[in-house]
Amino acid sequence: MWRLVLQGALLAMALVPATLVAQTAPLEIPLTFFATGTQPRLPLSLAEPVLEDEGLQGARLGLEDNRTTGRFLKHDYRLSERVVPRGADPRAAFAEALETGERLFVAHLPADALLAVAPLAEEAGAVILSTRAEDDRLRTEQCSTAVFHVAPSRAMKADALAQYLLWKRWRSWLLVYGSHPADALLAEAYRRAATRYGAKIVAEKVFEDTGGARRTDSGHVQVQRQLPVFTQDAPEHDIVLAADESDVFAEYLPYNGWLPRPVAGSAGLVPSAWSRVHEQWGGTQLQRRFEAFAGRPMAEGDYNAWTAVRAFGEAVTRTGSADPAELRAYLLSDAFQLGAFKGQALSFRSWNQQMRQPILLVTPRMLVSVSPQDQFLHRRTPLDTLGHDEPESRCRLNPEEAP
Amino acid sequence: MTKRALPVAAMALLLAGAAAEAREIYVSNEKGNSITIIDGASLEVSATVPVGNRPRGIALSPDGRHLYICASDDDIIQVLDTQSRKIVAQLPSGPDPELLDLSPDGSLIYVANEDDNMVTVVDVASRNVVAEIPVGVEPEGMGVSHDGRWVVNTSETTNMAHFIDSESLEITDNVLVDQRPRFAEWTSDDAEVWVSAEIGGTVSVIDAAARGVTHKIAFSVQGVPREAVQPVGVRVTRDRSLAFVALGPANRVAVVDAQTYEVLDYLLVGQRVWQLAFSPDEAFIYSTNGVSNDISVIDVEARKVLRSIGVGRFPWGVAVRD
Repeated sequence: MWRLVLQGALLAMALVPATLVAQTAPLEIPLTFFATGTQPRLPLSLAEPVLEDEGLQGARLGLEDNRTTGRFLKHDYRLSERVVPRGADPRAAFAEALETGERLFVAHLPADALLAVAPLAEEAGAVILSTRAEDDRLRTEQCSTAVFHVAPSRAMKADALAQYLLWKRWRSWLLVYGSHPADALLAEAYRRAATRYGAKIVAEKVFEDTGGARRTDSGHVQVQRQLPVFTQDAPEHDIVLAADESDVFAEYLPYNGWLPRPVAGSAGLVPSAWSRVHEQWGGTQLQRRFEAFAGRPMAEGDYNAWTAVRAFGEAVTRTGSADPAELRAYLLSDAFQLGAFKGQALSFRSWNQQMRQPILLVTPRMLVSVSPQDQFLHRRTPLDTLGHDEPESRCRLNPEEAP
Repeated sequence: MTKRALPVAAMALLLAGAAAEAREIYVSNEKGNSITIIDGASLEVSATVPVGNRPRGIALSPDGRHLYICASDDDIIQVLDTQSRKIVAQLPSGPDPELLDLSPDGSLIYVANEDDNMVTVVDVASRNVVAEIPVGVEPEGMGVSHDGRWVVNTSETTNMAHFIDSESLEITDNVLVDQRPRFAEWTSDDAEVWVSAEIGGTVSVIDAAARGVTHKIAFSVQGVPREAVQPVGVRVTRDRSLAFVALGPANRVAVVDAQTYEVLDYLLVGQRVWQLAFSPDEAFIYSTNGVSNDISVIDVEARKVLRSIGVGRFPWGVAVRD
């Protein structure tokens, strides 16, 4: 017991009796999970689950982990869950959250909704950790001091894949992208990666989404006949790159092309922040914990949300504060390091507040590789070979002070 | 050395119990599901014993008679008889046992349950779980003080060293260290606890009485990216002159002056070096090199790597007895 007393005394600068120290109220840390309701996406593959709570379950597990740590420090974490109904204005809901004093947000929002609430957050001095929007414009043009990007950008994922393809010497790519706006943005990320790493896109094709039911009894009959024809006129290539964020056609490409070529991108070899197949660097522990907690495998959005909640937790643990300005400063400092089952510490880029992180390259059943690949170097950290580096971004959110 | 001078008759007598009379090195092979036994004199593999699934942390009983093995994916501790080289018993461990340490008299085993945020205390004689102590997220490192009074557990996601009172079985203090603490090593005088942080890339030296970090040791290996320097296993010599730190994918063992905390040398070993164990006389230290499937034998005084010995797949833990 004397050790407890001694420590209490030290903490209180030896002035306040230890008994008083023991009675200090716990530090309350109110976190908010903020999302807009989206129509659950029916996956093209029957093998994939329909997720209605992606992100939220990851945030909840992150809260559990923070609470376990907080128990030892008298830090009391709470999570308020605000899911805005589909079609409703996220600004009104966000303003309401600010009104009740909430300042620390995990935002699982598409880009436009994120851009809509960011000014409100800036004005209120709130901090948003964004876990869904992968749009590069949020990292190169439309940055906000209030917004940190935990989700990797499309460019980071494209670069991660490109580095591996270069290592394999698969330099000729056939690019097939869908007809949705997000597919065009992803295609643009692949074009950028090709230019950056000296690969060649030999041809581009657009796959029109004609809608219709996803579940059919005899869908393969048409697919088997149509896909070879669709890819027949493409010049010689090493690999087919699919840009299909809406999960419309990419899964049809493997084994159905005119040429026997592997598929990567939105099917085949997929770059992702997380995958249920990842078991390295202690990843198995997080997988098991999540499955026991949520009753399903951990999806990428869950991992991003878990990481965001843990990032807040780490900043609170180290600063002993729940003040948004203090936490923001800590997240941006060199001291901030987050272990998140990627084999190295994660941190934030100062210019656009994007989280640096390795990207997994996975098939549905196995991890194939993790980028950055060894031969790609950077003066700051190899992680900055992924995505928009400082000179490639117009954002200068936290310019280093002149000496 | 004296054993070699034994008369022939005595040698013959010893043959039956030969395993008990010479130095032996035990290595758990995480992916090989086996224990490799190496003869300490010839440095040849003398046996490979199949064990349970995903063996990781191992520790010897004080008399060297039994090797306790965390069979992580079987959720048990297996007991290997070092003479018969057979699994003779199994102990409960709680879910996903990763590392373990024994009370000085060998009567209790403290196990880190990685999946369950618990430290399980097992009574060896009765084979019963006597306590489960809630700790931080993903407990891993386990270190019992030499006087048996305190147990330190490290939790990888909480990033703390938890000091557990071995009498009340309650946590009395928590010391924050850097990201992903993997291992806790008490100095022989119980004055300090050295805790490695794999992702933080540091070793924190904790003053065991004051319960605070007094020194933080960082490592910098020429030609190795900072991110690859990932400290895991730590061992300090009994006289507290030197410490050895396994640096994971940096493929080096750091030699540290345990008085000044200055890094003296980096020894090149096999790939992804994780755990370390001294020979009882501290003339040698052995490292498990997971990715290259071997262990390195290091001469402590000369600070030289003498040789490597091929073992099973993904060697993880190591223990040595005479």
